[in-house]
Amino acid sequence: MIYLARRLGFAVLVLWAAYTVSFAVLYLLSDPVATLVARASDGSAVTPAELAELTARYGLDQPLLVQYLDRLGAALHGDLGTSFVSGQPVGRTVAEALPPTLQIATAGLVLAVVLGAGVALLATYTRRRWLAHALMGLPSLAVSLPVFWVGLMLVQLFSFQLGWLPAVGARGPEALILPAITLALPTGALIAQVLVKSMSTALAEPYVTTARAKGVGPLAVHLRHALGNAAIPALTVLGYVTGNLLAGTVVVETVFTRPGLGRVTVEAVADQDVPLVQGVVLFAAVVFVVVNLVVDLIYPLLDPRVTQAVPA
Amino acid sequence: MSLLSVTDLQVDYRVAGGTVDALRGVSLEVAAGEVVAVVGESGSGKSTLAQAVIGLLAANGAVRAGSVALDGEELLGRSEKALRAVRGARIGLVPQDPGVSLNPVQKVGTQVAEVLRVHALADRRSAPARAVELLERAGIPDAVTRAGQYPHELSGGLRQRALIAVAIAASPALLIADEPTSALDATVARRILDHLEELRAATGSALLLVTHDLGVAADRADRIVVMSQGRIVEQGPTAEILERPTHPYTRELLAAAPGLAVVDALPPVSAAGTPIAEVRGLVKDFPLPRTRGSFRREHLRAVDDVSFTIARGETLALVGESGSGKSTTARLLLRLADPTSGQVFLDGSDVTTVRGSAWRDLRRRAQLVYQNPYASLDPRFAVREVITEPLRAFGVGTREEQAARAAELVDRVALPAAMLDRRPVELSGGQRQRVAIARALALSPDLVVCDEPVSALDVSVQAQVLELLHELQERDGLSYLFISHDLAVVRRVAHRVGVMQGGRLLELRPTGELFDDPHHEYTRTLLGAIAGQQARV
Amino acid sequence: MTDLLDPRTTAEPAPPPSSGTPPVAGRARLGRFLRRRPGLVVSVLVIVFVLVSAVFPSLFAPGDPTLAVPRQRSLPPGPGHWFGTDYLGRDVWTRVVHGTSLSLQATLTAVAVALVVGGLIGLLAGFVGGWVDEVLMRVVDVLLAIPPILLALALIAALGFGTTNVAIAVGVASVAQFARVMRAETLRVRGTVYVEAARAVGTRWWVSLGRHVLPNAAGPVLVLAVLEFGLAILAVSSLSFLGYGAPPPAPEWGSLVAEGRNYLATAWWMCAMPGLTIAATVLAVNRVSKALDGEWGRDR
Repeated sequence: MIYLARRLGFAVLVLWAAYTVSFAVLYLLSDPVATLVARASDGSAVTPAELAELTARYGLDQPLLVQYLDRLGAALHGDLGTSFVSGQPVGRTVAEALPPTLQIATAGLVLAVVLGAGVALLATYTRRRWLAHALMGLPSLAVSLPVFWVGLMLVQLFSFQLGWLPAVGARGPEALILPAITLALPTGALIAQVLVKSMSTALAEPYVTTARAKGVGPLAVHLRHALGNAAIPALTVLGYVTGNLLAGTVVVETVFTRPGLGRVTVEAVADQDVPLVQGVVLFAAVVFVVVNLVVDLIYPLLDPRVTQAVPA
Repeated sequence: MSLLSVTDLQVDYRVAGGTVDALRGVSLEVAAGEVVAVVGESGSGKSTLAQAVIGLLAANGAVRAGSVALDGEELLGRSEKALRAVRGARIGLVPQDPGVSLNPVQKVGTQVAEVLRVHALADRRSAPARAVELLERAGIPDAVTRAGQYPHELSGGLRQRALIAVAIAASPALLIADEPTSALDATVARRILDHLEELRAATGSALLLVTHDLGVAADRADRIVVMSQGRIVEQGPTAEILERPTHPYTRELLAAAPGLAVVDALPPVSAAGTPIAEVRGLVKDFPLPRTRGSFRREHLRAVDDVSFTIARGETLALVGESGSGKSTTARLLLRLADPTSGQVFLDGSDVTTVRGSAWRDLRRRAQLVYQNPYASLDPRFAVREVITEPLRAFGVGTREEQAARAAELVDRVALPAAMLDRRPVELSGGQRQRVAIARALALSPDLVVCDEPVSALDVSVQAQVLELLHELQERDGLSYLFISHDLAVVRRVAHRVGVMQGGRLLELRPTGELFDDPHHEYTRTLLGAIAGQQARV
Repeated sequence: MTDLLDPRTTAEPAPPPSSGTPPVAGRARLGRFLRRRPGLVVSVLVIVFVLVSAVFPSLFAPGDPTLAVPRQRSLPPGPGHWFGTDYLGRDVWTRVVHGTSLSLQATLTAVAVALVVGGLIGLLAGFVGGWVDEVLMRVVDVLLAIPPILLALALIAALGFGTTNVAIAVGVASVAQFARVMRAETLRVRGTVYVEAARAVGTRWWVSLGRHVLPNAAGPVLVLAVLEFGLAILAVSSLSFLGYGAPPPAPEWGSLVAEGRNYLATAWWMCAMPGLTIAATVLAVNRVSKALDGEWGRDR
């Protein structure tokens, strides 16, 4: 219980700090008033009265510390502010953009785990040196490719040349295939790299020799002994992986012209829509924190050495 | 016909830039029920031999020629599948380091049961109960509970017993034990070897015991095989090898083996004059991590009311097993750690609380030689820089004088001058430890604290380093505080010996007296655990 | 005691000296080393080529990157235009080579920001310890909770567009990673026996920091910096692909791909070639970083 409470406490702390950091970056470094003015005026001059009305509507007339506390208080009640551009509440904008993004992110994550773990397990299992070399080369190749370019090349090949799959849009499951692959490649490569490393480490451990000396077969050694230990370090990067997958949708949704959170982000940054950008950043932090919380809860199940009294 | 017959076995390892020969034509026989010890120093190929027999060479190793036959059946060249039927069933392996040889995420019972399941000696339902039986036979108390625990919940000794249970599970005709106790404390090691011997005798298995410790081999083996640089230099019945060694290398090993050679203890040194160092009532507490539900911090008393003096030119040894507080005591004496209470005197003056520059000045009077010469030298420094570092720290002499001093020191620790430009990676363990000693001597201290200075070295190298320490003492009147777990080593070097257990100094007496007439029960246990005595008596 | 797995660790007699070999032998060894790693040689050549193009683009592409020749619109790769031409008839090869400078400047800035800021934070946290370490590392934890690209986007939203801002944003987004590695290395080296040994012979702490801790901790951080170089190229080009980088006429790798995107169906080379250049550069950098990891990395 104490373990869980500590973890939860830490998660809340991270979220608060993420809020503070993003507030500091967005409200201190930029000039939201100027952005608002540029947006409202369409080039014509703004009267002082209009300006005052505008800044008051967004609470920008207050001192920064007051703004920070006000917004933090509102955020605690689920109110993340109002978009400068659309005038919609940020929370609703994010929630509305979420479903299509969740679709490709889930598809991408599943594909990435299957591809990454598959490549890693095969590369460390096979006794053919050329195959192992080739498989281990794949992840470093995949992480070197620009994601946006991979997406465009897939479109060129499968949509324009072969005509098998739609190039853009979000209609139907076929439209999900290319974006999911694009998203899964770098993520799967990362998973493969981590798992290859931890599998190689585990396979060199003396307990593997013990198992082999018992007469245990290679597949059982690989899966029952090595993977059980190698999965532990691989699991710790899951939070990082999920966060990056989410960030990857920014590029992928642009390339495939799909609606979603990524597109919302791109436009919000282009418009310098400060509250909306902060909303997206906070959402990413929440995802990271939740995934890590889940990982922490799974951890003691996988590794008996992590007793619940001593958090890792 | 012998049980195991190895003929002209040649193994090499593929390394960057070529191959290294590990076995260069090794032939030996093990009869059914026989105990054969393979003795050698690191690099001799003794473990490679054990691995080749069971067909588990490292990935970069390959058998070039020869034959390994079990009961007349050739094992080399068999398919992996055929070998699996042999491993665990007809040959059992007791591995080297119990700390890492059990799968950390699997229950102990499951790991024992696995070997039964693999060889179809038990089915899913009967395996767990059989595993508990085996753990009991291996001498694990409360085996039912232990079987349900994970390896990290067991002590090193218990883990090694669990591994023995795995090895004997299928009642193999041959057991291979690769340094089975070198990672354990001496008293634990002795009990485990005793138990292994009982089990082996009961089942009639043969045992191939791989060890660096001639004492262990002498105590346990019917026959001894001595290996050096990939070859067998001598083999024969144990008594013959011990009494009439023919090969010079065997003689060298015998002379160096701490437990075997009978050495007269050094006479006590006169305690007249101010002792070079003295500690009174030293206590050191370490805070333990907070436990659940308790807000008071618990403390671990690592050193508990320890007092002693060291005279000029004297070697005082502190012996004890891991966790006895001997190393902490040494660090307190050097003021590298602060005592919770008690006093430290160097050359008559109280230095318990000195700080700043006075603390730094202590470094000129008392120096330290660490256990592991691989870790105590900065890998980026050349030997010259290592040795002159203390001189630079205190601004002693000009650059030329420092260089001259480095040359002189290297000469004193009997290293060639050419070593000055080498880096630690290019040196052997013994050479590194000589460099560390030279560094300790650079400021001409009166007292050198040696923390397990030879326990990371091979026995023949150990003897050379101990000899060097002795010579330096004779010439310069150095005093040593010698920390060791190895009573046999201590017997050779110390004038007086203190025995520590659980932070307390149990008895502190002249070496000869302590060894001949130990007062304390624990001291007697420690002395009894020295390998090689059964053979010597 | 383990002479089983690795015969290289045999303690006695001493291993052969590796330094102090005569230069001729050293050169022969280097030659052998390189001949066994053709991929590494190619990678180094690619990097050298990229660096030279950044400084002297006209050496490899004497033409004008903005010169439009309407008669030569959308020509596929071939002799004369071996990366093809774009929708205005500009030579893609020339534009890629001349875009190197801008892309590389941004990348270098990003890596420098990450290395200097992150390195200092990590060194401070690791060496000082105590509450300083505690506070700095909590901040780093928070930064690690936000995906780097999103953090960079937030910074761009605050700072505005332009190559320099993109570079700074990418650099700041990687600060946490550097701080973590630097701190871990500092702690590792600070805890080694040889640093304690230096203290035990009376070496002052700041001398130890300079002579033992920094040189021994630097290796993995520099390896990370090389790796980060590759990641920064990708991040910078992604952000300029999204349109936050240099304004249109100026050639830059990411924006070249973005420009070609509208002609993907008819003139694939406009996208493919600049993208391929990015991929080749990153691949080369990663290969070199892997080689350095063996040299400077943890396993010495």
